[in-house]
This record gives sequence, C-alpha cells and structure tokens, in this order.
Amino acid sequence: MIEQTELLCCTDVSLGYEGQPLLEHLNLEIRAGDYLCIVGDNGSGKSTLLRALLGLLAPLSGEIRRAPELKNGAIGYLPQQTRAQRDFPATVSEVVMSGFLNQKGSRFFYSAAQKSTALMNMGKLGILELKDRCYRELSGGQQQRVLLARALCAAGRLLILDEPITGLDPAAAQELYKALDYLNQQEGMAVVMVTHDLKAALQSAKTVLHIGRSSWFCGSAADYLSSPQGKRFREVLE
Amino acid sequence: MNLLAIFSYPFMQRAMIAGVLISLCCALLGVSLVLKRYSMIGDGLSHVSFGALAIAVALGFTPLYFSIPVVILAAFFLLRLAEDSRWNSDAAIAVMSASSMAVGIVVISLTTGMTTDVDNYMFGSVLTMSETDVILAALVCTAVLVLFVLFYHKIFAITFDENFSRATGLQVRRYNSLLSVLTALTIVLGMRMMGAMLISSLIIFPTLTAMRLFRSFRGVVLCAGASSVVCFGVGLTVSFVLSTPVGASVVLVNLAVFALACLWRALHSR
Repeated sequence: MIEQTELLCCTDVSLGYEGQPLLEHLNLEIRAGDYLCIVGDNGSGKSTLLRALLGLLAPLSGEIRRAPELKNGAIGYLPQQTRAQRDFPATVSEVVMSGFLNQKGSRFFYSAAQKSTALMNMGKLGILELKDRCYRELSGGQQQRVLLARALCAAGRLLILDEPITGLDPAAAQELYKALDYLNQQEGMAVVMVTHDLKAALQSAKTVLHIGRSSWFCGSAADYLSSPQGKRFREVLE
Repeated sequence: MNLLAIFSYPFMQRAMIAGVLISLCCALLGVSLVLKRYSMIGDGLSHVSFGALAIAVALGFTPLYFSIPVVILAAFFLLRLAEDSRWNSDAAIAVMSASSMAVGIVVISLTTGMTTDVDNYMFGSVLTMSETDVILAALVCTAVLVLFVLFYHKIFAITFDENFSRATGLQVRRYNSLLSVLTALTIVLGMRMMGAMLISSLIIFPTLTAMRLFRSFRGVVLCAGASSVVCFGVGLTVSFVLSTPVGASVVLVNLAVFALACLWRALHSR
C-alpha cells in the first residue's frame, strides 16, 4: 500500500530503450511537499527518468507506484518549449485552460469552477493581466509562467519540470524560482525539476538526484556536495 | 453579366458545393498541420495521389477507389516519418513527393501519353466533379466538422504541445492518425478540381492568412475556414468569367488575401 503523503515511489527501477538499460536499480520516493532536483550530464537519462515518472515509458524492471490522485495524467508537467510554439496563435487563457483537459471528458465547455481556478492560478504566477494577450508576443519568462499555470491546472500536488529556465535571462529565471518556492512552501506542492542550473538547484532543492553514467546519488543538497559525484562542483559554488 | 446565371449550369453547382466543402476541410485540417510544422505532409500527399491516379488509370481502376487507400497509407507513413526524430523528415517527404510524381509521369507516358485527362489531374478542372464526388466531399466535410466541434479543446492541446498532452493522458497518436486520414481523403477529393500541384495551397494559405489577423486559436480556426470558403467562391467565379483554370485562380485569390492580411498586420503592429 502506498502511504498517504507518498506521491510517487520507484523501487529498484531500471530504465532504457529497446532492452538497453540507461539507468539501473533506482530507488526514489517523492512525497507531498518535496523539492527534488535531478542533475547530471547530457545523455545520462534525466529525460528518460522524467518520461517514466510521467507514465510515458514503462520501466524495464522494477516498479513505479503512483498515488491514486496522480492517475489519469493528473501531474503538472512543464515540458521543454518546442520550436512550433514560438509563433503559435493562442491567447494566454486558451493555453492555461488546456491544462484541464484530463478532467474534462468530452464536454465542449469548461465549467465555471475550472475558469475560476484558471484565473486563480494565473494570479498566483502574476500573469493575470496577460490573460487576453497572445502567447507568441510574450517574453520567454512570461511564456514559462503561462505554461506553469497550465501545469497547475492539470495537477494539485505534483509538478514535473523539464529544464524550465533554458533560454531565460537571469532575472526571469529568478522569478520562476521564486514562483516555484512559493508553490512548494506555501501550497505544499511537490516539485521535481530537471536542471543544469546547479547553484539555484542546491539553494531551493530539499533533495538532489544526480544521475551519472554508471551510478546515481540521491540525498540532501549538503550531502550531495560531499559525495563523490558532487565534489567537483564544490569550488564552483563557494 | 449576371453572376448568379453562372450557377445555373449543373457542373458549376457541383463544383461550387464540393469546392466550398473541400476548402472548409482543407482550412480546418490545415490549421493543425501548419501549426505543427507538417505543411509538407499535405504537399507530399497530393503528389502521392497524383502517382496513384496515374497507376489507377493505367490499370483501368476507378481512380478514386484506388487512390483513396493508397493515399491514406501514404499519410500514415509520412506522419510516422515526420514524428521520427532520427529522420530528416522534410528531405524524406520531398524525396517521396518527387518519386511519386516520377512514377506517375512514367506510367502515363508508357500508357495513354499526356492527354487532357492528365493535364486535369495535374492542374485541375472544374468539369471533373461528378455527383459521387460531391456526396463524398459532403461526407468527409461532415466528419471533419464533427471532429473539430467534438474534440476542439483536444485538438488545440495536441497542436500546441504534444508532450504535455501525452503526459495528461491523451492518445496523441490516435488523433494524429485521424487527422492524417482526413487530410488524405480531402486531398484526393479536392485534387481533381484543384490539381495535384495546387491543392496543398488550400491547406496552407488560409492558416497563414488567419495567423496574420488573429491572436487566438479560436480566431485563427474560424478565420481560416471563412477565408478559405470565400476565396474559393471568388476564385471559381473569376475562373469562369476569365476562362482561367479553377485551381490556379483560387490559389491566386488566396495569395491576394494573404498579401492584404500581411499588409494589415504591418500597418497595425506599430
């Protein structure tokens, strides 16, 4: 049985493609209110792990258990932006509302409750005044917050972010981190983030998961810096 | 001359009805294809359908019944190609277009030779629409409209962000397949009036025009549909009055409207 506060639990999970393991014997637990950063070199399997956590990729072996409320795709996912989105004609509210898709069934209209939740989520992220603006005319940081609002509409307890600050200027990145800290601390939202921005990751994250070519490390930020994998970043950060 | 008198000819009535329906389908499907960067698929399919038509004529099959399954298969294949990141998909689609064209032309020159029929397949003719074509066009158009109304929000989500849609549990692949089957049908039906070389512009132009004028997805969908239908009506009338080929006339009207939309955008974006 999965515990009340446990959202996701990986037991001895191996992941990979076409029978070739990329990541082996991973144990990981994500609870309500957790803040986990996944770091590691390119090609080490970070995106593969995200796909598995989202339920898009079945593990080669081991088990990934999900809390019942996360089933039916109720995970707030913030994917990397695609090239096609940059000139996409859509208003901010159209994009944010599309987060409700997993709860809508086949009804044509969104309910009043969903509309007000969407407005609330836009308010939390400070994009309420942009709601009728066109997505393609926003700055990179604003676009990311729009996608985060959409993710909030999709899920109440777990956010999964794939390199959310790629392409953002430092000020916009700071804003995004602030928004995530707020959601994590004030609303108890669990955050799982793949990132290359180690400094910021170690400031906010409660747990760091480092994925290397042959090994992985999972522990607190302080433990990470004294671990064999994290040692080399120590000077960079001090 | 009384413009309404033009439509007292039965062939013009058929062309008008089928053309309006096909333009509407092309525009609606086009919004999703263009925004997903799949415009080339429409173009590739029209070339494949030319090749299929040539083979059908050579073998003595009814062109429509032979090309529909072939083009649907090609649509699935092109979609997989475009989704697969290991492939350089535009190059692969271009190769496939040219090859189907080449097969079609070789088959034609070995059998009938370059006749008026072949010319019609390539550049379209207003006379080719039979009653069956009109009925088929009506059926396909109904399917496209029903798809758009019932699944409007899902189509938006998948067009905007496939990865997010997949994570929230949508069957993205199923929707993409449905989209390509309907595109294939629309292209086969529209090709004989518009011409294999020109039909893909019906998919692309309305969306490009609408994107210049509207900022919301809903606005773009509605505007693309409306502009496509109006451009077809104007193009058909012009082609009758000036005795120009219908396909090319419709494309030129679309081009003119697109140019106006660009101008409007340039004047208003300051």
